[in-house]
Amino acid sequence: MNRARCGAAFAVIAAVALLLSASGCARSGHGTTLRFWAMGREGEVVQELVRDFEHEHPGVHVIVQQVPWSAAHEKLITSYVGKSTPDVSQLGNTWVPEFSALKAIEPLRPWLAAAPFDSAAYFGGIWDTNVIDGEPFGVPWYVDTRLLFYRKDILARAGYASMPGDWQTWREAMRAVKRVVGKDRYAIFLPTNEWNPPVIMGLQAGSPLLKDGDTRAAFRDSAFRSGFDFYMSLYRENLAPSVSGNEIANVYQEFARGYLNMWITGPWNLGEMRNRLPDSLQGAWATAPLPGPTGAASGVSLAGGSSLVMFRASKHKREAWALIEYLSRPDVQLRFWRLTGDLPGRVEAWRDTALTHDANTRAFGEQLARVVATPKVPEWEQIAIRVQDQVERVVRKAATADTALADLSADVNRMLEKRRWLREKALAASGQRPEGSR
Amino acid sequence: MKRSQNATSERRQKAAAWVFLTPALLLIGIFFFVPVLAGLVMSFTDFDIYSIGSPETIRFMGFANYQQVVTDPEFWRALRNTFYFVVVGGPLSVLASLAAALLVNAKVARWKGLFRTIYFTPVVTTMVAVAIVFRYLLHPHYGLVNQALSVLHVPAIDWLGDPHWSMPAIVLLAVWKNFGYNMLIFIAGLQAVPEELYEASELDGAGAAAQFVHVTLPSLAPTFLFVGVMTMIGQFQIFAEPYVMTQGGPLRSTVSVVMLMYEQGFRWWRMGYASAIAFVLFVIMMVATMIQMRLQGGKGRA
Repeated sequence: MNRARCGAAFAVIAAVALLLSASGCARSGHGTTLRFWAMGREGEVVQELVRDFEHEHPGVHVIVQQVPWSAAHEKLITSYVGKSTPDVSQLGNTWVPEFSALKAIEPLRPWLAAAPFDSAAYFGGIWDTNVIDGEPFGVPWYVDTRLLFYRKDILARAGYASMPGDWQTWREAMRAVKRVVGKDRYAIFLPTNEWNPPVIMGLQAGSPLLKDGDTRAAFRDSAFRSGFDFYMSLYRENLAPSVSGNEIANVYQEFARGYLNMWITGPWNLGEMRNRLPDSLQGAWATAPLPGPTGAASGVSLAGGSSLVMFRASKHKREAWALIEYLSRPDVQLRFWRLTGDLPGRVEAWRDTALTHDANTRAFGEQLARVVATPKVPEWEQIAIRVQDQVERVVRKAATADTALADLSADVNRMLEKRRWLREKALAASGQRPEGSR
Repeated sequence: MKRSQNATSERRQKAAAWVFLTPALLLIGIFFFVPVLAGLVMSFTDFDIYSIGSPETIRFMGFANYQQVVTDPEFWRALRNTFYFVVVGGPLSVLASLAAALLVNAKVARWKGLFRTIYFTPVVTTMVAVAIVFRYLLHPHYGLVNQALSVLHVPAIDWLGDPHWSMPAIVLLAVWKNFGYNMLIFIAGLQAVPEELYEASELDGAGAAAQFVHVTLPSLAPTFLFVGVMTMIGQFQIFAEPYVMTQGGPLRSTVSVVMLMYEQGFRWWRMGYASAIAFVLFVIMMVATMIQMRLQGGKGRA
């Protein structure tokens, strides 16, 4: 018994000593320690850039925490609920609305006022994804959008020297491609398990997707409907196969053998196409900005990518902001692009010859000038999945366009009930104020 | 005098019982009853992503969440998938465990300890590691399963990519992973069957099959009830297998109710709605267990 008590006392002493030494460690750097979360491949590569930042800012130590993308969202929210958020984090720019609704991330207006750059340094559509109700919450880090990858040689054989800029001519070009490749091959690949292409067509047709302050679905309005009908016509005319991404085992192989000849996809496929297509086809593929209903100017795409955000709970906001400023410098952005292939968010970085020299990359630069944000509501990801479900129903002929869009609107309106209530409350509160002052 | 002594000793015993019970009760109370009660309360509110940042926006919703659960096609799909696990996976799992137990317990079997250990190994293996290996095995082009089937001239099956095959694939995985546990319980049950019964039936001229039907199975009735109920509860709560193998895909064909609850709660942070799903599942499981107890209990007595 005596011995046991002795052991327990020893354990307590040891634990206290351990705690003391741990806190001593943290302080002994005589500077500040920044916690920076980055996801996937970016998290691996950014370590290298961060070392240079530490050289420039002696006394600031940055710990990069690499978070896998698949768990990033949960871990960020859990860290917020558990009051252990990092100082700085990479955040998918469609997550910004959610974290600003949570009041987890810092509004950046005061910090931007003193920064060596402003919103004009970025692609307008991309910057806009970070602005919630007029307040900026994030700085674009790298950008991501979707455009057309296509077989240049087959398009030429079909009689088109370049990718048309408007829907009608584009569809005619697809019909011509179909005639060239034959009945069992297809002009374009539109996987039925992706929400992005149908949403892009809706945006191109001028649909805001949501209306009334993002509290109601706009999927039954004429704008979305015209984009939806155009999209469905590509399946109906057999220009696109009615298959999901899972049913095509190797897209690159199908692209190489001319089974699929156009594909709406993102910048990561620049590298994949170079690596996976045979050498003989390397000159045969190209990228082009998306066509639009009335020509190239209406050919908008999605404003994707990741932003850098600062958490409200951070105790080292000055240093955190310095890190964001450092990672936003055009030269650092270019280095980051070389390391990862992630396209830089700063317009200035795009003047570099390395980016403008390659025509396939340049098309992304052109497309980025025409990108729009999806509705900036925390529910967006859920809504996107519903869009995908309903599109699939129509493609697989399980429902008509009318029923599918009616179901989609009803579903989405139900999801947005809380937003409507919050908006009404806010409107009522602001409406009462002038009365009270009278 | 004697009586009062008895009373004090009784009181002392009661006090001792409380002392021993308190830690366990405290833990169960804090980590089980309090969260369950909180979940029940939450299921009547619209606790969501907005509420985490601004608690004042939580509203009392009455039974609206429950109403939404029963009208949500997603929930019905998940429930259908879950019943698939219960109805197909449950009996399959029980049969596999019984067969393994009979084999290991057979008089002619050698190295019983070794086989018992081998069959039990999947139970203690990490689910995530198992999933990685199974994903290799089930790969449509390079997987061992399809290669074995190709010898029998069965065309390649896209086990995890085809919505028609994803469920059988996961059921098989779940059965393989879990049958060892029930096998141990069956072995214990088999060993408790008195040897005299077998001797007596042999004298009456019963063969092996008749012995199995008239001696082994009736003697195992209580074990069957226990194994059946536990397996059913386990299958109702299936989560890890589809979560690590398919994330609910393809085409949501492997989403279980618990997985739907997890998605609603921890992906979309609709905590109120997720809590309602949890309680609906609880009621379904309770009813199913009661039905099973009634059926099997009745059979055991008869």
